Amino acid sequence: MSDPTHELTWLGAAEARGQLDRRQISAVELTEAHLARVEALEPELFCHLHVMTEVARAQAVAADARIAAGDAVAMTGIPVSLKDVLCTTDAPTTAASRILEGYRSPYDATVVARLREQGAVFIGKANTDEFAMGSSTENSAYGVTRNPWDTSRVPGGSSGGPAAAVAAGEAMLSLGSDTGGSIRQPAGFCGVVGLKPTYGRVSRYGLIAFASSLDQIGPFTRSVEDAAIALEAIAGHDPADATSSLSPVPSYRDALTGDIRGMRIGVAREYLVDGMEADVERSFGEAVDVLRGLGAEVVEVSLPHTGYAMATYYITAPAECSANLARFDGVRFGLSVEAPNLREMYRQTRSQGFGAEVKRRIMLGTYALSSGYYDAYYVKAQKVRTLIKRDFDEAFATVDAIVAPTSPTVAFPLSARTDDPVQMYLADVFTIPANMAGIPGVAIPCGFGGGLPISMQVLGRAFDEATMLKVADAYERATPWKTMRPPI
Amino acid sequence: MSLTLEDVDHVAALARLALTDDERERMRDQLASILEQIAAIDELDTEAIAPTAQVNQLVNVMRDDVSRPSLSQAEALANAARVRDGFFEVDSPLGGDPEAG
Repeated sequence: MSDPTHELTWLGAAEARGQLDRRQISAVELTEAHLARVEALEPELFCHLHVMTEVARAQAVAADARIAAGDAVAMTGIPVSLKDVLCTTDAPTTAASRILEGYRSPYDATVVARLREQGAVFIGKANTDEFAMGSSTENSAYGVTRNPWDTSRVPGGSSGGPAAAVAAGEAMLSLGSDTGGSIRQPAGFCGVVGLKPTYGRVSRYGLIAFASSLDQIGPFTRSVEDAAIALEAIAGHDPADATSSLSPVPSYRDALTGDIRGMRIGVAREYLVDGMEADVERSFGEAVDVLRGLGAEVVEVSLPHTGYAMATYYITAPAECSANLARFDGVRFGLSVEAPNLREMYRQTRSQGFGAEVKRRIMLGTYALSSGYYDAYYVKAQKVRTLIKRDFDEAFATVDAIVAPTSPTVAFPLSARTDDPVQMYLADVFTIPANMAGIPGVAIPCGFGGGLPISMQVLGRAFDEATMLKVADAYERATPWKTMRPPI
Repeated sequence: MSLTLEDVDHVAALARLALTDDERERMRDQLASILEQIAAIDELDTEAIAPTAQVNQLVNVMRDDVSRPSLSQAEALANAARVRDGFFEVDSPLGGDPEAG
């Protein structure tokens, strides 16, 4: 830890901004420190499918010029990794799938364009479960990412690459996507902050679609303050995404006062399920005590349909995925297998291009939407979704935020759940309800069990990320977890 | 919840997937086990509940009907496997295979 170059990789975006603007460090130094960390750790961790070394170096030089011209903004010179479901013109975009091997997007995702305009430095395209479908990043067609806290364990998923990259100091922040917990759960497993914004807060344009009514892009950081900064950098209306909201983006940083006295924070008994590890239950209980000690009023709330969220999700998400992935037909982009006729070309391309979990979800979704089953599965699930959303509406009528464990367990060993889809799906049991309701959630470290990070999520009202971040920040200030570093 | 291999084949045909024999059997067992978990929602009475297909309140978002910059033909075709005369090229969906398309 005495290596000064290595120290640069533990700076946060807020601190780095100050040091860059005061010329104590340069964007080139900061970038080289991160690239050195990437080079040292990637053989073991495999956070990135593609490292953007040359792009990053050019962006760093440009960032230094911009800083010298007095034109720097929050993201100028900040090293960022991008989950490989975000379309990027100057790197491959594969969704960790064979069907998109070598694909070059002709346009940037809106979030990528926004970071680019602000002068961010792109470290690389980070690993994910194929098409963001999974909870461990083991469904990547290109290899598994390892957890920096214990390399025999998964980083969580689907955004395991972006989470591990930030945890290990390969990137200062990263962007992932969260459809059923794919930001919060890996953030929890890797001991970093992971923010899923309200549905519609951040443009999805250029995010390779998994389940369009659930998908949302958000940041991984090592502090709540950095999450607030990153959200401000990417949030806001985008004419290219008709579901993006027109509501103005507030200054999330201004909400971080550390003062939560008198706030009402809900705890739902439905989240205390069988199968929750004792360390998780203990750490979460202690976290609630900390919030109480900070002057918040902790009250019990009821979210009675929580137990149905998983079933609702595993109809809705596969149904939407089966429709979205119909575009992979070997005609306009991606793998195209030669065959004697068009129908066979479709079938062979899709069968060779998609991995097992993607096929499973396409099949499940196609079944749920097929004639004779549509009402019993898809329509029924959308009705239950109404009930889940109503639970949150009623709870938020009496509380300002809700806290819950992010996942019932700490990071599990590699291969432990790959043969049992249902066990794998249970890793997201606590994160899925927020996606079904469209509300924001932020996962923050709240302790350790057996040397592995434990995480709590703070859920907020739709478009009230500010209050949610205020609670998370106050907790973070009162606890030591932010300063913990993985042994790698 | 039980599924037959014929059910699996029907869904695979709809999804344009060619499954191996191993995959067919694994898919039958795994889908059945997932559907069993999903069946939990059957116990809820949702007769009077309106479905929520998406959660934000936006309805029929339209833009002004004016042209704006878009991908060039060359950019749009750049990732295609087969291109001819500025178009995507595929085998004829007619003839040869009556079920094609």
